Amino acid sequence: MIRPHDSIIVHTLGRFLIPVVQIFGLYVLFFGQYGPGGGFVGGVILGTGMILSVLIFGHDASRSQIVKKVLHGDGVGMLIYAGVGGLCMIGGGEFLNYANLEIPGLETASRRSLGIVLTQIGVALDVAVTAVSIVFSLSAEEIIEDSING
Amino acid sequence: MIFPYEIPLLLLLLITAAGAIMVKDLISAVLLLGSYSFFLALVWAGLGAVDVAFVEAVVGAGLATVLFLLTLFGTAPKDNRLRRPPPSLITLIVFPLLGVLLLYAASDLPEFGDPNSPASVRISPVYLEQSYTDTHTPNVVTSVLMDYRSLDTMVETVVIFASGIACALLLRRHG
Repeated sequence: MIRPHDSIIVHTLGRFLIPVVQIFGLYVLFFGQYGPGGGFVGGVILGTGMILSVLIFGHDASRSQIVKKVLHGDGVGMLIYAGVGGLCMIGGGEFLNYANLEIPGLETASRRSLGIVLTQIGVALDVAVTAVSIVFSLSAEEIIEDSING
Repeated sequence: MIFPYEIPLLLLLLITAAGAIMVKDLISAVLLLGSYSFFLALVWAGLGAVDVAFVEAVVGAGLATVLFLLTLFGTAPKDNRLRRPPPSLITLIVFPLLGVLLLYAASDLPEFGDPNSPASVRISPVYLEQSYTDTHTPNVVTSVLMDYRSLDTMVETVVIFASGIACALLLRRHG
């Protein structure tokens, strides 16, 4: 059970820091094609931002309702990754060969970069949801029960 | 080749690692481990492996510290029964011997940045030369992870997914 922190300094800093952390996570995720970063690290940073919000505001605050909904999405990232591979096969090519993505009006180079971005989003979703769900199952049993019982 | 600014970093690594083992309080040990990860991330960044530095800083110093702290608060933060026994005679003999053996083996490793080392003559030049024309991704690390070895990365994602489900099921307390 995580209770909201009772210090106003922590609350104010959290309101300022959490959006910065999330935007930095998105930047790392989408900058992975051009510099250091990528799906795994971006996903962990996004998940850490969510964990920070739950640690500061408690898991009954309205900010944490989004996190509870995100918990139901475990496996969606995996589905996106494998789905991109499947789309490549539908295009008549090899599994995860992004040049065979069936999207009209795109050159081969754009298809490749689009495929890499999509798979990175899949990895990031999977990692973020896994990090958040491990922290929740360590700390609050009620949330896990709620997410299983619907 | 060792750069001069790495020697204080390596000393800090040794100090924090030894401190995490020697300190009595478990919370202090967790925080020392976090700072160890942070210094290790600086070492990776100095060696040019910025991706590894990112992962070390975020996972080692951030996420693992939170997980350790939550585990401590969930169990007993001030448990005094965790006294370790004095090290046995075999430990005192075997581990220094192992360290000497490892140092002896390390003298056979290729020098840092050696262009003729086995790791940089076979497949690395191919990736470095052809990755942009093959994948149109400027970052070679991303093109190797997401394009050349995409199936590897997919199965790694499966591993993370499965371990997350296993943790959530094992740590569930009721039902």
